[in-house]
Amino acid sequence: MSAVQAWRAFVAQARVELLLTTRRGENLLVTLAIPLLLLVFFSTVPLLPPPSWGGRQVDQVVPGILALAVVSTGLVSLGIATAFERAYGVLKRLGGSPLPRPALLAAKTLAVIVTEIVQVVLIAAVGAILGWAPPGGIVPGIIAALPWLLLGSIAFCALGLLLAGVLRAEAVLAVANGLYLVFLLLGGIIIPLDHLPQAIAVPASLLPPAQLAGLLRGTLEPGGVVDPIQAAALAAWAVALVAATLLTFRTE
Amino acid sequence: MNTTTGADAIVLERLTKRYDGRAVVDELDLAVRRGELFALLGPNGAGKTSTVEMIEGYRRPDGGTVRVLGYDPRKEGGRLRPNLGLMLQSGGLYSQLRPIEALELFAAFYPEPLQPIQLLAQVGLSRVARSRYRDLSGGERQRLSLALAIVGRPRLAILDEPTGAMDAQARRETWGVLRELREGGTTILLTTHLLDEAEALADRVAIIDRGRLVALGTPAELRRGMGVARPVAGLPAEGGPVQAEGSMATGAAPGVPPAELREVRLELVAPLDAERLAQVGRLPTVQALRVDRPGVYVLRTASAGDLLVELSTWLLTVGIEPLAIRVGQGSLEDVFLRLVGEGGGS
Repeated sequence: MSAVQAWRAFVAQARVELLLTTRRGENLLVTLAIPLLLLVFFSTVPLLPPPSWGGRQVDQVVPGILALAVVSTGLVSLGIATAFERAYGVLKRLGGSPLPRPALLAAKTLAVIVTEIVQVVLIAAVGAILGWAPPGGIVPGIIAALPWLLLGSIAFCALGLLLAGVLRAEAVLAVANGLYLVFLLLGGIIIPLDHLPQAIAVPASLLPPAQLAGLLRGTLEPGGVVDPIQAAALAAWAVALVAATLLTFRTE
Repeated sequence: MNTTTGADAIVLERLTKRYDGRAVVDELDLAVRRGELFALLGPNGAGKTSTVEMIEGYRRPDGGTVRVLGYDPRKEGGRLRPNLGLMLQSGGLYSQLRPIEALELFAAFYPEPLQPIQLLAQVGLSRVARSRYRDLSGGERQRLSLALAIVGRPRLAILDEPTGAMDAQARRETWGVLRELREGGTTILLTTHLLDEAEALADRVAIIDRGRLVALGTPAELRRGMGVARPVAGLPAEGGPVQAEGSMATGAAPGVPPAELREVRLELVAPLDAERLAQVGRLPTVQALRVDRPGVYVLRTASAGDLLVELSTWLLTVGIEPLAIRVGQGSLEDVFLRLVGEGGGS
């Protein structure tokens, strides 16, 4: 296949991936509606302990919600959609077409990136309305957080694809949603880990959502410090999950 | 770029696939010629899909070789697939996508695709062009699947049970599409368990059973070759008694009728005992006789007219009322049942 032809195939596939992203209602619920709902709720209803630095509640909610957005797109949305594409034979059919495999992966990556851009913009905008003011401002804050968002995306997309490539679609549906809930509660996403009992906080800190949320808090909270051990741990998770996915993924 | 040698689009040599040690494709030798419509016919579980999926590169053979348009489908898939159109039995589609969008997507994978809108009309899907895939009926999905297989103007189309979920009307329309495709020069390999489909469409038919080739030829050749082997005992020349249980032996090479056997057959439905049956077998123009099933006898003759006279005379003489007498060629179904056995090839 010529480079021009491969590009045409990629563009067509990317267009379909984006189109389908907008057509999956449950997808928009988990990637956009739930994170925004939680952002508004926990920023306005005083359920959480006030920030240790004495600022607004929204300042400690937004970093966790950004982590949740990455989890929802990679693990839940990509994982479940891919699992059903595998179960329905879509991946098999595409595998028998001239569409190059890298073009398919690139199209899916693009759909994830576009979804995450929309998520980040909406979360930042709603956060700003609620008074979110990270140190140095919103745009520089987001830019500073990009490496962690990217690293987290690699880890959680790989986790979603890992499930999609080995489990039945119905099982992926259950496991992905279950993990989403566990990560939401115990991943330092809503409730910062240091507010949880030690018996939960210590094992939870070993998991990627806590590391991603910790890195985003370190970058976006006043007086926050990025923990290099957390960054290394998340990078190690990303490498391990990508490797496991490459080794186990089946299209049928 | 084209490394194909000779006139064959697909060449299988001693192709073998095993699952759990059991051979589902067993040293299969087969060649599909360029430009022909070739049907792979067999009962369910005969190994058709396993064979086709090795040709498509989805499955790795456990033995033997596959060449498709001169390429090894597993090692040279990237170069093979632009020339290939596949209709899978298990190939689904995005449930939220519309048929027209799916066709536009696949059209973008090929350098000179057909017009998606025209193709949708050709397969009879214009009415549902903008429905979601999940709302299509089984037959509509299959027609879309066919359209996706041919939108890229493939040199070779491989269609696994292309009309399985279709009603009779849709099946006829699909046959029309396939004939047109073949007229346009596309080589077509299709699998089917429908005898009339193979008979109506195929230039050549291979019958496989338990992973082995049991017959190969044009539908006409296969029909002529039915009975396949040698005349049974009870022929006038031998003068011996007919064995009522003795159906025609099938030991010789299938598809090669003995020269003395012409294609006319006569089916007699009548209650006959062994002695009466032997008498029928001794009628002068009967060349072969076999028991199709109890009470149904198939006679082979070079002259159906003479045999009818002889048979009628004899029936009158012995006072037996026949329930039916039919004269004609065997159908592919007769060949098929003979070769793979009634009741699914056990």
